[in-house]
Amino acid sequence: MSPLVFTLLAFGISFVAGLFGSLVGVGGGIIVVPALTLIFGVPIHFAIGASIVSVIATSNGAAASYVKRGIANLRVAMLLEVATASGAIVGALLAGRAQPRVLFVLFGLTLLYVVWSMLRKRTAAQLEIPPDRIADRLRLHGSYFDDSEQKQIHYRVARTPFGFAVSGIAGLLSGLLGIGGGAIKVPAMHLAMGMPLKVCTATSNFMIGVTAAASAMVYFMRGDVSPFIAAPVASGVLLGAMAGSQLMTRLRNNWIKTLFLIVLFFTSGQMLWKGLRP
Amino acid sequence: MSEPTLPNPNEAPDDAVVHRVEQIIGNLLRCGVLTSLALLVAGTLVSFFHSHRYGSTSDDLSVLIAKGGDFERSFAWLFGGLRDFRGQALIVLGLVFLIATPLLRVAVSVVAYIIERDLIFVLITSLVLVLLVVSFLIGGHG
Repeated sequence: MSPLVFTLLAFGISFVAGLFGSLVGVGGGIIVVPALTLIFGVPIHFAIGASIVSVIATSNGAAASYVKRGIANLRVAMLLEVATASGAIVGALLAGRAQPRVLFVLFGLTLLYVVWSMLRKRTAAQLEIPPDRIADRLRLHGSYFDDSEQKQIHYRVARTPFGFAVSGIAGLLSGLLGIGGGAIKVPAMHLAMGMPLKVCTATSNFMIGVTAAASAMVYFMRGDVSPFIAAPVASGVLLGAMAGSQLMTRLRNNWIKTLFLIVLFFTSGQMLWKGLRP
Repeated sequence: MSEPTLPNPNEAPDDAVVHRVEQIIGNLLRCGVLTSLALLVAGTLVSFFHSHRYGSTSDDLSVLIAKGGDFERSFAWLFGGLRDFRGQALIVLGLVFLIATPLLRVAVSVVAYIIERDLIFVLITSLVLVLLVVSFLIGGHG
């Protein structure tokens, strides 16, 4: 394979990853890292370095529109960013010392979790909202205008310490594996903290840019961000995600989601095999 | 004991300054993202056809992939490369833009909360800013 063919293929795959990722609500990193390592044999540290840059790009692009529509809860975002950014730095430092095999296994397990959480998403019920002194003190409760219900929805935020802890774990995995970590944060924010799902998604996407920037700097300064690999990957994921957000409203995405789950399931198996085979 | 289902209006701050600033930042971010995108694409084209001559064999590819981000990560390298119109310097500038935009956003949030005199959130956003700077500093040694 020539460098030019690699660049075009990496761009194409990243574009598809960004497109499908935005259609089903996950970041592109979850597809890009396995594709680069399994298909092209890119060392996993460089694949993660390229992915984490693309994660910043998509978050920056998405955050702008969410903030504009006033859905994201900025106060919750800024508070939880303390946890995600700390976790991301630790994760990025750990990744620098981790054996590739360990990263493959962790990635495979994370993919399995994402598949499971996507299957479960619609059925889980929110926990009741107990009083939360921290949320009161920091005035985290919020409201947003819901387009489908055509009214202002007020909500209370609860279990802030739990959300903070989960955000730290999400940041850790983000820094370790070069993914956004939304699949871990969003269920915690929705089910435990009591925020409406739309608010959780918007807030999580908003936070991901800051989280990924923290670990991206570690990867960059360590020499794990390759200009040759990161350029087609970041531009591909970004353009794919932009195209996806244009398509979003026009597609019924049930079959896409099913196809995506199957692909992720097999990918997780391959990542695990790559880490565990003798 | 009954819990109120709706928050007291004065419990949910509207953060007017922060929201207005964020909207401006949102537009800046979009411009920033498009600028980096253009730099990444242009840098790749320049690398292929002008400055780096990435080559055309699978051996060339193996060398390129194995090299990773192994270049001198300094402003001198970046500016020297830009002056000589080297593709990888253009790409790195695009990457630096991407990584720096969240930092800029957090810095502006700090200022917005100072204007709103919201001391706790000045502290929280400053802490995030410090973490980002720390990540930059330790990255070089990690």
